[in-house]
This record gives sequence, structure tokens and C-alpha cells, in this order.
Amino acid sequence: MNWLTRIRSRLPFKSKRESSENLWVKCPNCAEMLFAREYEANLFVCPRCGHHGRIGADERLAQIMDDGFSVLPAPRVKEDPLKFRDSKRYSDRLKQARAASPHHDAFTAALGSIMGHKAVVGVQDFTFMGGSMGMAVGAALVAAAQRALDEKCAFIVFTAAGGARMQEGILSLMQMPKATVMTRRLKEAGLPYIVVLTDPTTGGVTASYAMLGDIHISEPGALIGFAGQRVIQDTIREKLPEGFQRAEYLHKHGMVDMVVERKDLRERLADLLDYLAPAQAA
Amino acid sequence: MRAILLPERRWETSGSIMVSYLEFEKPVAALESRIAELRAAAEGDEVDIASELRRLESKSADLLASTYSALTPWQKTQVSRHPARPHFRDYVAHAFEDFIPLGGDRYFGEDEAILGGIARLNGRKLMLIGHEKGHDTETRLRHNFGMGKPEGYRKAVRLMELADRFGLPVVTLVDTSGAFPGVEAEERGQAEAIARSTEACLALGVPMVAAIVGEGGSGGAVALASAERVLMLEHAVYSVISPEGCASILWRTAEKAPDAAEAMKMTAQDLLRLKIIDRIVSEPVGGAHRDPATTAKALGIAIDEELAALSGVSAADLRRRREDRFLAIGAG
Repeated sequence: MNWLTRIRSRLPFKSKRESSENLWVKCPNCAEMLFAREYEANLFVCPRCGHHGRIGADERLAQIMDDGFSVLPAPRVKEDPLKFRDSKRYSDRLKQARAASPHHDAFTAALGSIMGHKAVVGVQDFTFMGGSMGMAVGAALVAAAQRALDEKCAFIVFTAAGGARMQEGILSLMQMPKATVMTRRLKEAGLPYIVVLTDPTTGGVTASYAMLGDIHISEPGALIGFAGQRVIQDTIREKLPEGFQRAEYLHKHGMVDMVVERKDLRERLADLLDYLAPAQAA
Repeated sequence: MRAILLPERRWETSGSIMVSYLEFEKPVAALESRIAELRAAAEGDEVDIASELRRLESKSADLLASTYSALTPWQKTQVSRHPARPHFRDYVAHAFEDFIPLGGDRYFGEDEAILGGIARLNGRKLMLIGHEKGHDTETRLRHNFGMGKPEGYRKAVRLMELADRFGLPVVTLVDTSGAFPGVEAEERGQAEAIARSTEACLALGVPMVAAIVGEGGSGGAVALASAERVLMLEHAVYSVISPEGCASILWRTAEKAPDAAEAMKMTAQDLLRLKIIDRIVSEPVGGAHRDPATTAKALGIAIDEELAALSGVSAADLRRRREDRFLAIGAG
């Protein structure tokens, strides 16, 4: 802090300065200051370094789907079934997350179309408790997949999660087989199930519905893996390879079909849906 | 999902048999060593110590029983990881009449953290698959401490599909701290392998019974436990993450592991109440490690009863039961 900033910080113009600061956002990757409206117009991708920023469910649905889609109601589940408490109560953490989010939990789905191709699109929201998979996420995913089965249309899921929601203990783990029941039903019904892996997708989410798609797409640079990097480092005690667990690494190792930039996603999904249209429904 | 974090253990020698006591078993250890001393002193001597021995032995047995009837979740976690706890090979030796091991995933290699093969239980032919942790340094390394790699889960898928084709029921013994967290496991698609293994369980048209016999750690466990009937040994644990892992994330220190174990509801008794498992199989007083043969026989009888109840159920019904079981979790 030099004399100038010290004096400035004492001046009573703070609120005005803050509002002007909201016009600018810093790229989390290259630290470039970006004009917020331009960043948004560029789909929250840094025009300088190409970093794909994390986005919420509403932004994602608006980017991907045709106008006029309808958001599906979020099924209600038993809240805080274990009465879990760490340094804070889980119920308080939930309240806090809900106050900061337009949605009830970390998975939001909508029915509509993508360039005319009917689809149910589910989006996991990393900003809601790290996108973590608990009973609410599981129930919303099941309901969305069921809607796709009812409508005989494609199911697309954008994954983003640190993993399971630990505060729901074993009940969060049980969402893995639960979600897998639905991916199997879609397969049996001959409906396309496409996964778009976004930053970050790790843990039990990756080890269940995120890796069971007919097609796996990833956004550039997304962190995707099963075990966390710190856990792996603690186990092997070696430096992790360059680009480890990034989208391009997974593509190289055969786990995703393609890495697609956000600006091309909508069109690519529409193309794929065109090819994978259920034969009997066409 | 976490590396094995073995708690500090004290190894004590009593006579020629090495017994390892867990921290909370110290009072029992003291009594048992006093009994051993008395026995040694009595040899050759004509001093009448029989009544003193009887008194101590009954006191020691009572203490062991009362200790084990009131284990905390964290203590159960330690029991479930006990170095002398029976593992896959002990169950094969004491519960099954025959076992032909089958190896390899046909893509990459043979992972000895997950074993499998055709077995016979009370005359019933079946496919047996499970984690093996190993029992000494050499075997622990060979079995990678029971932490499966992608090829292990892909072998499990192969064996489940084989069982399905030949009408063999599938029995799994789950005992892992979690799937292996390593670079090569990630490179070869650990997440995909686990997801496919869970999917293979759900697709089976033959009966499937899973038993959590030690640690049921996270995705690496659920990949072999997505069955229509899930049993658990009395002091086994089953959780989404290890208590140490949970504590280091939510409490920011692994030292809070006992609190995390309590909060996560990971004991067989809690999980039965939550309807995550169907049945608890009792362990001998003092834990399975005190009598592996009896433990294995009790588990064998329980599994056989479950399979008998499932025989004759149609493939479609079995799949529906399995699906309903998981869809119902958290509903209502």
C-alpha cells in the first residue's frame, strides 16, 4: 500500500468505485481484466487465453437451448437426513447456498430443443456447494432422465462437481447406482444420452453417469478425474504429469470423444442429435 | 477415494503368537498378558493358580464382550481395518468348498486387488468376486492393499457377464479403502471402469448378493455392491469417503476423523436403520480377527440363505428389485 492508495481508501467514494469495478472481471487463468459485458457476450470464455469460465445452470441452458424451453420442477427430497454437522450445520450450509442461488440445489433440468432437436438438458451447477451429488441432485437427474424417456427424446447432461455431498454420507454414494439405473433405461429405450463434461468433474459423479454416455464431450481445459490431485500426489509422492486430468489428457487417453469449445457446443450437439435421432421416433 | 491411512498400531507378542491390539483394546491386552504370564509361571510349578486363572479369564472375556458391544464408529473403522481381519482368501478357505480363480480383464492386465473365480457354496455353483488386501508386507503389496485399478473393475465386469451367460449367481466380498488413486489408474480410466462395473451389477439377470466384510470405501466399493441383497459384517463400515478424508475436507484436519466417522453414519447398525443394507452378520466376540474361520462360516451360511431365497426369481424380476432398491433410496 503506498501513500496514494492509503489516502484513496479513506476517501468516501468507495461505493461508486465498487460499482465501476463490477464492470470488470479478472480472468481466473491469465488474470487479464475483461469488460464484464464482453466476457458475457463471449459466453464467459476469456478472449485472451481461451479459458472457459464456470457458469451457472441458467446461463448454460440459455446458451444451449432454443428459446422457449421450460425448466422442470425440482423434486423435493428429505432434507439433511443424517442431521450432519461439521464446523457448521449442513442445514445452514444449504440455506446459505440457496440464498446465493436461483435454484433449490445443484442440478437443474429443462425440456426444449437444440436447433429444433427435442431434448431434455440437465445442468449441474458447481457454484451450488461445489455441484456435489446428494439426494436432491440424484432425484433431479432421475426425474430429468424419466422425462426424456416419457418424451422419447435425447438426454444431455452437463456435469460439474467436486464429487459426492459428504454431508449426506452413504446416501450420496447411493446416488451412483441410482443414476446408473436411469442411464441403463435410456440405453434400453434407444434414446441418445450425451454427457458434456465441464470444469471440474471429479469423484463419484465421474465414476457413474458422467462416464456412461453414448458420447462424451468436454470443454477445453476442464478438470476431469476420479481421484483428487492432492490425494494422488500424497499416494505417489511424485510430480503429476503436465496437463494431468485435463480434457485434452482424457481425450488422448480415450475417455472423451471430443473437446469442443463453448461457442461451438450448441451446433455440435444439434449435429449429434440429428445423427442419433431415435429411429422409431423420427 | 483416499489413500490408506493406517492408524498407529501397537504390536505385542504373547507367547509365540503375535496378537495386535488396537488402541482401545489396551485393558483387554493387559488382562490377556497377565493370564499368559500366570500360565507360563504355572508350568512345572505345583502352585494352585487355577482359580485365579479362571477369575482372570472370565474377567477378560467379560471386558472383551462389553468393549465390543459398545464400539464407537471410529473404533469400528479400526476393527474393519485390523491387520488380522479375515480377507478374501480366508473366506475362500473357510466358507466355500471349491474355488477356481479366473484372471485378467483381456485388455490390459491382471489386478490382484480384485480377485474372482468360480466357487461352490453349500453345493451351489456361483461366481465369487471380491477385494483382497493381503495379510503381510509381501501380499499387501501384491494386492495393492485391496485398492483396485481399472483392470480390476474390468475383470469384475468380465466375470459378471460370464456368470450371467452361464446362470451362475454372483457373490461379492467388499473390502477396500477405495479404488486406487494413482496416475496410471486415472490414465486408464478409473472412473469409467467403476461406472461400468456398477452398470454390470445392475444388468445381471442372475441373483447378486454383496457382503461388506471390512471397509466399504466409496466408489471402489459400490462398483461391486450394487446388488439386490447387501449384507454387512457386524463391525464392517461402509461410507462415501474415509473418516480421515471427510475430516480433512470438512473439518480441515484429519484428527477429527472420529467425529467424521460418527457424523457419516457408516456402521452396519446405522446402515440397516437407513435401509442401505438388508442384514447384519454377527462376528465372534472381540471381532472377526479373533476367529476368521467362524466368521467365514457364519457369512457363508447367511449368503447361502440369501441365494436360496432368490433362486427361481426371473431375470426381469431380479433387475427390477435391484433398480427399485436404488431408486427408492432418498425417496419420501
